[in-house]
Amino acid sequence: MKFRLLAYLFFFIGFADLFVKIFYGNIFSDLTEDYYEIANPILVFTPVIFFSIGGIFLKESKVSMSLENFGTTRIKYYSPQFICLSLVVLIFLFFTFNAQMNMENRGIDFGFSFLQQEASFDMQFSLMDYDGQDPYWWAYVVALLNTLLVAFLGIIFCTIIGVIVGIARLSPNFLIRNTAAWYVEFFRNIPLLLQIFFWYYAALRALPLPQDASPLFGVTYLTIKGYYMPAFLWNNLNVFVYSVIAAIISIILIRYYAAKLRDTEGKQLPVFYISLIILIVLPALTFLVGGVSLNFEIPVLKQLSATSYIYDGGIAVPPELIALTLALSLYTATFVAECVRAGIQGISKGQKEAAASLGLNTNQVLKLVIMPQALRIIIPPTTNQYLNLTKNSSLAAAIAYPDLVLVFAGTALMQTGRAIEIVSITMLTYLSISLAIAALMNWYNKSIEIKEK
Amino acid sequence: MNKFTFLKSDRSNIQTVVASGLLLVTISILDVLLNSFFKINLLSFLPSKISFFSPLIIGLIGFHLIRIEYSGNKYLDILNKNINTTTFNAILTLVIIFLVIKALPPSLSWMILDANISGDSKDACTGSGACWTYIKVWFRRFMYGMYPNEQHWRINTAFILVIALGTFGLFATEKMKKYLALYYVFIYPIMAFLIIYYLISGGYFGLEWIETGAWGGLSLTFIVSFFCLIFCFPLGMILALGRRSSLPAVRYISIGYIEFWRGVPLITVLFMSSVMFPMFLPEDFFMDKLVRVIIAITLFEGAYCAEVIRGGLQSLPRGQYDAAKSLGMGYWKMHIFVILPQALKLVIPGICNTFLALVKDTPLIFVVGLAEIAGMLALAKTNPKWLGFAMEGYIFASIIFWIICYAMSKYSYNLEAKYKTER
Repeated sequence: MKFRLLAYLFFFIGFADLFVKIFYGNIFSDLTEDYYEIANPILVFTPVIFFSIGGIFLKESKVSMSLENFGTTRIKYYSPQFICLSLVVLIFLFFTFNAQMNMENRGIDFGFSFLQQEASFDMQFSLMDYDGQDPYWWAYVVALLNTLLVAFLGIIFCTIIGVIVGIARLSPNFLIRNTAAWYVEFFRNIPLLLQIFFWYYAALRALPLPQDASPLFGVTYLTIKGYYMPAFLWNNLNVFVYSVIAAIISIILIRYYAAKLRDTEGKQLPVFYISLIILIVLPALTFLVGGVSLNFEIPVLKQLSATSYIYDGGIAVPPELIALTLALSLYTATFVAECVRAGIQGISKGQKEAAASLGLNTNQVLKLVIMPQALRIIIPPTTNQYLNLTKNSSLAAAIAYPDLVLVFAGTALMQTGRAIEIVSITMLTYLSISLAIAALMNWYNKSIEIKEK
Repeated sequence: MNKFTFLKSDRSNIQTVVASGLLLVTISILDVLLNSFFKINLLSFLPSKISFFSPLIIGLIGFHLIRIEYSGNKYLDILNKNINTTTFNAILTLVIIFLVIKALPPSLSWMILDANISGDSKDACTGSGACWTYIKVWFRRFMYGMYPNEQHWRINTAFILVIALGTFGLFATEKMKKYLALYYVFIYPIMAFLIIYYLISGGYFGLEWIETGAWGGLSLTFIVSFFCLIFCFPLGMILALGRRSSLPAVRYISIGYIEFWRGVPLITVLFMSSVMFPMFLPEDFFMDKLVRVIIAITLFEGAYCAEVIRGGLQSLPRGQYDAAKSLGMGYWKMHIFVILPQALKLVIPGICNTFLALVKDTPLIFVVGLAEIAGMLALAKTNPKWLGFAMEGYIFASIIFWIICYAMSKYSYNLEAKYKTER
């Protein structure tokens, strides 16, 4: 009984202390500066200490769960939660308090107004128009787009490689199976940063100079300064895009119609060939009647100085982007391959045999029976890998590809010195990308869940 | 395909067919082999485009001829089953064999035949191959960073001591086994920290003080990943229990923590530890860069660890909880004596994978200026006396990391197999 009263007393003091700390600042901050500096970490956490002592006393009172001391069980339910919550609140208070002090001492104030200021730095590569006169927020957007570009390219390539390698790992061919297995073992066990460095500093540096490069596929050039491709110059691009959209819509309609026909009359339409014809013919028609035309701007060698050449015109893919995409996709593909393999192996052989015994041919078995089930196993872990790839794309900073981390958490932070704001924005950006993809994945998982009756 | 029935081989003409088929395959491989090693083209009398594809075509015909089901010959059956099931498979087989043969001579000559290892300066590298002299000269730097040469025994001794202490569990008697968990969770980390602090950092017992800025190379990788592992494991355990707690505040705090760290890239966490974290501490409170990095990586990996342990907790049947409760055990007793021992055993492979990821992530500390092996490579690469050997350096580092990570992944795979049979 004595112990329990003591416990209540300490809980009360803890509450009071927390309350005062939140609303009136630190109760002990009137003490002399010297004392404060030494005792600061301890003083800030006093409520937690009070709560914990109270909890110990409560435990000492050895209360049992019964109706008589219902109040105590409630305290057992609430006191750990209050301890945890106040710990979190106090850590935040401690941090904000120190941050305020530090910023006062350094003469900077917290705020996001710097985003409107002129960025005054250049980016080597950007998808949208950007120059040094643009504000910081525009630099942020452009850098984010660069990050998303790398992530997008990486996801496409790692999916292609991963699916091929994953299927190859199940091949009946001894050589193919083992080659795929060694590919996975090799690329998975080398740190991604080393792989990026290898491609950027070692492999791509072995490429020829622009003036020595021989054309690849006739019109593109792979040089030490990047990959030069012809640019597309469209006339009436919008007509062409509309035709592609129209083709896709009509394909969806035809698939729908074919499914209906199959269900009602049992007829099979060659949907794939019809779709392919529509997808080719409809856009091709716009070239004949819609006034659409396509020209290429082929890169031309240009001399800058006595020894320095570049290719002018066309699209220039910088070597940083090539190295990053290569390393990211080769590395992540090993994980995707494992997901694909696990998915296909997760389908029991009986499924295949049952489908075959229904009279479906090999393609139909794969398309109608195996893949829908395998995808259910494959997609969730693969989405996780895509997420990892997006996060790993931040390693771009190590080879100076202007992504979010390099431009914003690197250059912009160095220029403005606003560490807290910029690092928080960067982390929140990645966090929201991750959470958005996670939410999407949860929604997808729910929709493909096996609905048992 | 009736037209080609005369090419169809079966058991009646097996002798001729197999002999001619194997001959064709041999010719095709021999052609590529001679071409690749001795630059002799057997089929040079053909037009260049046909000559390029001729080994493939000849080999394909050969493989087609020897593809006989149930031939009666054991070796032929094994060959057909493994590398020659269909025409497509035969093409892939040939392409892989040809690629290996083509890739062997240049890589062999670069790595071994034309490579140099003698001497101790760049001038020794005269061949067209790799310059292993570079690795030889920089070897100590890659291993120990800028740590003074004559003090390297301190790092070695510290590592040997830490490993020796770690094997304690193998020699523990039955009586001591009770305290093994206590030893590994509390005593061992503290002892390891003291050893590394006093021996590697120095400043006491007449040992020279060496600041953490001079630490580096592979030994720093080991130090960082060792400390992060032993600290992130208890953190992950607490978070995993928190996430499965019935108390809403505790649960939501754990979920928030885990999802936050899992949603951000490690590189931004490291940036945070180097530029933002000092702002959050009292003004003249100094914390070493290495310590900050270790804290950051621990907080980060703790979240991943928590998810792995949560998987183990979830896979335990409910009966275990009910049985423990019915014995009158409280929350902590139940978890310490019943739930965690079983759950942790299940998640050892998962923890191994997390640790693998941790080791692979350590080169990232290079972005905050700690010269880990990737940082030392960057330093060596820009040294004016040793320009142009980036390839050798990265291959060397990759091989080292590959060996470490491959061994660990095999070990975790074995553990997984071991625990699967026990269940």
